[in-house]
Amino acid sequence: MAKARVLIRPKEGILDPQGKAVERALPALGFEGVEHVRVGRMVELEAESPERLGELCEKLLANPLIEDYEIQTL
Amino acid sequence: MRWGVLQFPGSCDERDALHACTVASGERARLIWHEERDLAGVDAVVVPGGFSYGDYLRAGAIARFSPAMEAVAEFAAAGGPVLGICNGFQVLCEAGLLPGALLRNKELRFICRQVDLLPEGPTDRLMTPEGHQSINRSASALSIPMKHGEGRYYAPDEVLDELETNGQVAYRYAEGQNSNGSARDIAGVRNEAGNVVGLMPHPEHAVDPLTGSTDGLRVFEAVTAAGARA
Repeated sequence: MAKARVLIRPKEGILDPQGKAVERALPALGFEGVEHVRVGRMVELEAESPERLGELCEKLLANPLIEDYEIQTL
Repeated sequence: MRWGVLQFPGSCDERDALHACTVASGERARLIWHEERDLAGVDAVVVPGGFSYGDYLRAGAIARFSPAMEAVAEFAAAGGPVLGICNGFQVLCEAGLLPGALLRNKELRFICRQVDLLPEGPTDRLMTPEGHQSINRSASALSIPMKHGEGRYYAPDEVLDELETNGQVAYRYAEGQNSNGSARDIAGVRNEAGNVVGLMPHPEHAVDPLTGSTDGLRVFEAVTAAGARA
């Protein structure tokens, strides 16, 4: 079984309101000088057929129209 | 004309859709459980609103793989009329049966209110002598409720241009009523063949004077007519 971690990020150029909300909250918490906050998702899994991970990402874990993904084999 | 309404774990608007379809067609509509591979000979399909699979991962991302959605894909490819409402619109986009994607509302707030929608048929785009296209705004607005947190329509600019050229924009929010940040005020789109339509607002909640508007019936009628044309 191969362990993998998939990071899913909103594509550059697409408005990420979650990231903006986090970014705007930071100064109130005492953190200045933080910009370009983008919020994504992380999925960890164990796969018998790691060669199909790309397909799994393309079809389910990410929506390639709006998200980029990165597979890290652990 | 017999309608079928899909039902996923987490769907919540399928009952109102059943009622709306029955009122619109005069024939008793039926529910189709997500595990059924057979659409039981229905003439048109609704993919309803709600929170299928809790919107886990992405809204509609899991529901699109259900056996019933495989059957809907075949039905649509053969020209059958399909109407996706809210979560249903999200499912159809995830399934690739409609272009684009629905993202979190711009202001992050779940919005629940009545809106005016402008229907756009394929012939509502007018070419001017300069070659530019303008919208024929004579189509009267439909008063329909919206209720969603992830309804911001998105597609890359090239795709949006193509949709507008092909007459694939089905509904737009009226001036000043695009509260979720949808690209080009788009509230709903259709596929190239015109038999699959998706929209974020809920026509099934606007079919009885009790809730203030019966304009929702126009949406069901439009899908029926499109299916007949295809």
